[in-house]
Order: sequence, then structure tokens, then C-alpha cells
Amino acid sequence: MGLVLCAVAAAGHGLRADAQTIQIDGAGATFPYPIYSKWFSEYNTVRPNVRINYQSIGSGGGIRQLTNKTVFFGASDGPMTSEQLQAAPGRIVHLPMVLGGVVPIYNLPDLAADLNFGGTVLADIYLGKITKWNDPAIAKDNPGVALPASDITVVHRADGSGTTYIFCDYLSKVSPEYKSKVGVATSVNWPAGIGGKGNEGVAGLVKQTPGAIGYVELIYALQNKIAFGSVQSHDREFVRASIESVSAAAAAAADKMPEDFRVSITNAPGKNVYPISSFTWLLLYESPKDKERSRLMVDFVKWALTEGQKYCGDLGYAPLPEGVVRLEMEALNKIKVR
Amino acid sequence: MRAAGGWGGASGSRASEGRGFRLGTGLVALLVPAAVAGIAVVLTSGSILSIKEFGLSFWGTRTWDPVAGQFGALPFIWGTLYSSVLALLLSTPIALGIAIFLSDLSPYALRQPLVFLTELLAAIPSIVYGLWGIFVLVPIVRSLEMRTPAWLRHTPLFEGPPVGVGMLAASLILAVMVIPFTASVAREVLKAVPATQREAAYALGATRWEAIRATLFYGRTGIIGAIMLGLGRALGETMAVTMVIGNSPAISLSLFAPQYTMAAVIANEFTEAADALYLHALMEIGLVLFIITVAINALSRLLIWRVAAERQPRVVLPAAAPIG
Repeated sequence: MGLVLCAVAAAGHGLRADAQTIQIDGAGATFPYPIYSKWFSEYNTVRPNVRINYQSIGSGGGIRQLTNKTVFFGASDGPMTSEQLQAAPGRIVHLPMVLGGVVPIYNLPDLAADLNFGGTVLADIYLGKITKWNDPAIAKDNPGVALPASDITVVHRADGSGTTYIFCDYLSKVSPEYKSKVGVATSVNWPAGIGGKGNEGVAGLVKQTPGAIGYVELIYALQNKIAFGSVQSHDREFVRASIESVSAAAAAAADKMPEDFRVSITNAPGKNVYPISSFTWLLLYESPKDKERSRLMVDFVKWALTEGQKYCGDLGYAPLPEGVVRLEMEALNKIKVR
Repeated sequence: MRAAGGWGGASGSRASEGRGFRLGTGLVALLVPAAVAGIAVVLTSGSILSIKEFGLSFWGTRTWDPVAGQFGALPFIWGTLYSSVLALLLSTPIALGIAIFLSDLSPYALRQPLVFLTELLAAIPSIVYGLWGIFVLVPIVRSLEMRTPAWLRHTPLFEGPPVGVGMLAASLILAVMVIPFTASVAREVLKAVPATQREAAYALGATRWEAIRATLFYGRTGIIGAIMLGLGRALGETMAVTMVIGNSPAISLSLFAPQYTMAAVIANEFTEAADALYLHALMEIGLVLFIITVAINALSRLLIWRVAAERQPRVVLPAAAPIG
């Protein structure tokens, strides 16, 4: 109940701070919150009359609030489903803002090298089919590594999360069994393991439990200097997640980008492409009632996609490739601003 | 508001003053049942899709699959009740020990500092308990689990891999959180037992232990109330539990098994639930928790009435009303 009340209170509608300043309210995904808040505060120095207020209440909450029009814009780590789009009172535009990756982390104290994970191997671990670290399937991808005979403790996110969505999206693409037994969502019915709350919960459980494996956002692993494994890409090479290899996944997708930008870029083809990558989207109504705020938001998105991308690296986000930015600039012109 | 004015008004006669006062306090007292009814209405209307879809089977289904749209509350009901009952079993003897020591045995100089410290435990936010649980309690529990002898690990109560997080860690942390509540209320109850009770017991040649037993018996309804207050706290606790219980919707007797509670699944999954049925299923979990809490409170009331109605022993003065 508390959560509902907080969410409702947090979304209090666009009050004007004073006569000149216009406040725009948004809500949604927690994953891009650090870069969004950086952008909003930087943008406020460029355009002092615009104050953008963002509540990171989760992608699902953001979509709900946007559908109920209690906020002006939403944000989500997974694209809205066709069902959700139909339930909305107007046409919604998806705009990719930055990129994120999800990396496997593990606790094997005596290991010298970073591990390689094949896609199906990772799926079988999370299905509870591979239960020992020295399983031949893991050994095959890690020649010369002395794997211990210890049990694998699977750790996943307990809270609904875009990170889980991206991770399951990848595993479902590489393993038909994972797709039919688990599927893709922000929360799933896990066949194995224990749940930690948030990236910090998963990382904490993995750190404390010898033999544990978990998954966290790339940015979280980088900021906290957590070692992580490489994952097999679509082109069968083992790729280590980095800002470059995540950006490469988006560049690969730019050629076949659907008009509405609702695209999954996990397991994308190409060289040095990290397979567990995803966009995170900003959600706007194509023709909202409040055209003044619409114009200000379009201006902001244009700024964030060009000028704003330079703040990505420092915060550990992968910037959008130029091809995608160009497509988005065209799409932004379709949003009604008067 | 009008009623309050009537009470304080200089012009009103004594009779209307009394009426106004009764009306005013009556309205305020009605606020509580109105709030309870409001919660019930909101929870029911918010979960109507799920109630229609699953009916009563929601209470007995083990599956919780947001992808397939299959929802059942059984693992969460089990986890909530099991962890709360275990926490009560662990906390009640300790809390009563604290209460007895503080009311009857403690040297005067120690009493106030100890009371203060016990109540301080109640003031710690649950997220802090949760962090303490993850970083201190869980590693201890894990090493205990690893040292459990193999023959014991094959019994249903202790089976499963030693991961540290799970039912044992959750009920331990709940016990620690519940102790200050039960202990301070039980202490107040014992303090309120008239001194004549103890004096009468001593006069009859009772030992200290026997006198304390007589005191405990005298205050038994209040003490049951104190334990039930702790149970209420344990049932609804969210943050600390979700950080150490493992969040796995499984039904197991094992203390080592990761499990889940109703409050924890709502807190974990509510923000990301965008699908209508999913959202309603989560609301229905809240409704189930609400119904169970109300039922347990009603049962504890019944228990208190029954205990209070029992024939009282000779040492208890008939004029004094039971506390609680």
C-alpha cells in the first residue's frame, strides 16, 4: 500500500515552481536514473526555465503512470507490449536514450582467469540443469581453467527489473527450452536459485556465497569493480562487455531498425558485439494536449541525443551509435509541438 | 469539528455538552473501522481481475508465473506464516525473560538503561536490520549450516544446500525485531500487576520464582496481547525479511531453504508490474495478507477472552481487572 501511495504522491502533476519556470514530470525505469538525473540537471543550466522532474519508480510503474497521464513522459527498460500500447489513450513514441549491458558475475575465489560462458550453458545454469562448476559444458568453453567441483548457487533478481528482462531476452533467444520454461519478463518464475533485491542485493549474495553466479548491470559491475565473465556472441566469439562492445550491438541493429524503435538487440550479429545489450527508452505521447511541454521535451531529447551523449561514458553508459541518433531525430519531427 | 466546538462552547448546557462530546469522540472512534473497511474495499476492487480469474484456487495454487499469467498465493502464505511462527517461538522466551528481569529482578541502577536499550531496538529502521542481516547474520547462518552434521542435513527440517539466506536467517532477524515490542509491553503488564499480588505470594511463603509465576498468571491476558503484537509485526515485516529470506516461492519445512513472504513479493514486484492481471494478482496477495492478519487478530482476541474467563486461582484478588 505504501508503495502505491508513494507512487501516486511522487507523480503529482506538473506544478509550476514559479511563473517563468515550467516543470515537466516523468517516471519510470531505475536503470537510466543516474544519466537522466545528470541530463536533467545539466539541461537546467542550458535552459533555466525548464525543470524536469523524474521519479525512478520502475519501468512498469512508469508505463502505468504514462497510461494514466499522471506524468508527462515515461521511461522503460523493455519496450511496451502491443497490448500496453493499445491500452494507452494516445499514440506513444519510443525513443532509445542510452544503452546498457548485463554481465554474469560469479564467486570462485581460486580462479585466475575470467570465465567464458556460452549462451546455452548460461541458460542451462539458470534452468537448474547444470549444477556443478566442473560440468563438461562449462569446461569446454574454458580450456585450461581448473574449475572446482563445487555446487553452483544461482542468484537472480527478486524485484521486477529491466535487467532481468534483458537477461531473459538473451537466454530465450539462445535456448528454446529457456524460452518455453521461463520466458521473458521483468519478473519470471525462476526454476532455480535465490533472489536478491536490486543489483546490490545480487552482487552481495554472489560475493558472500562461494560458488554463486549472478547477473548485474554492466555499469554496476564497472563502478564497483566486480569481475565478470565474457559471453558468447551471435558470431560464436566470447565477448567481454564494455562500453564499446555494447554500443556495437546497437550499431548492428541500426540498419534494420523498425520505425517504432521497439527492438531487442540481444544476441545481435557482428564482430565484437556484446550479446546481452539493450536500449533503454523514453516514452512520449505523439500528440499530447499540452503542446508547450511537448515542444520543450522534444528540445530536451534532441539535446540529450547530441550534446548529452558526452556524459554517458563517465557514468558507464554506452552512447548511442550515430545511425540510431539520426533515425531518432527524424522520428522526433513527427511529435506534435503545436 | 462541530462536536468539538459544542463541547468547548460557553453557551451550551451541560446536557448538550455531554451529547456533543459523545458525538465527537464517537465520530473519531468510527474513523478506524472506516479506514479498515476502506482498505478492504480498495484491496478487493484492485484485485477484482485476479479474483475473477482464479477464484478461491488463488489461495491454494503453488505457481507464480508472471510470464504465463498464472498466479497463486500458497508459497507466500506458507512463507509468511512459517517465518512468523518461528520468530515467535524464538522471541517469546527471550522477550518474557527480559520483561521479568526488568520488572522484578533487575537492580535499580540497571533498570532504566536496559529499558532504554530494549526500546532502542524497536526504533531501528527495518532496512538497517536487513543490511545487518545480509552482512553479519547471513554469513554466520551459512557457517552454522555448513557445520550441521550430515545426518541432520537429511532430516526435512535441515535439508538443502547451505546458502545462508533462507527461512532460518529470516526468522532469526524477525525474532530480533519482535523482541523489543513483546518485551516492553510484557514489562508494562508486569509493572501494572498490583504489588499486593507479589506481597500476598511472599506472605504465603512463596519463593521468588513462585511469586513471579503468580504475577505472570495475573497478567496472562496482557502477556498474550504482547505476544500477538509481536506476531502482527512479524507478519507484515517486509524489508528486512526480503533481504535475507532468499525470495524463492517454494514450500518447504526446511529452515535452510530460501522461501518468500507475501509482503516481500508485493514490495519486490509491484513497481515493475505493468500487466493488469499481474497487478491485480499482487493486490490480491495484499488482500490475502489483510484477511489473514484480521483472522489472526480475531483468534487472539478469542484466546484472550477464553483465558480471561478461566477460573482464577486464590492468590488473585477478584476486584482487579485483567490488563490488556
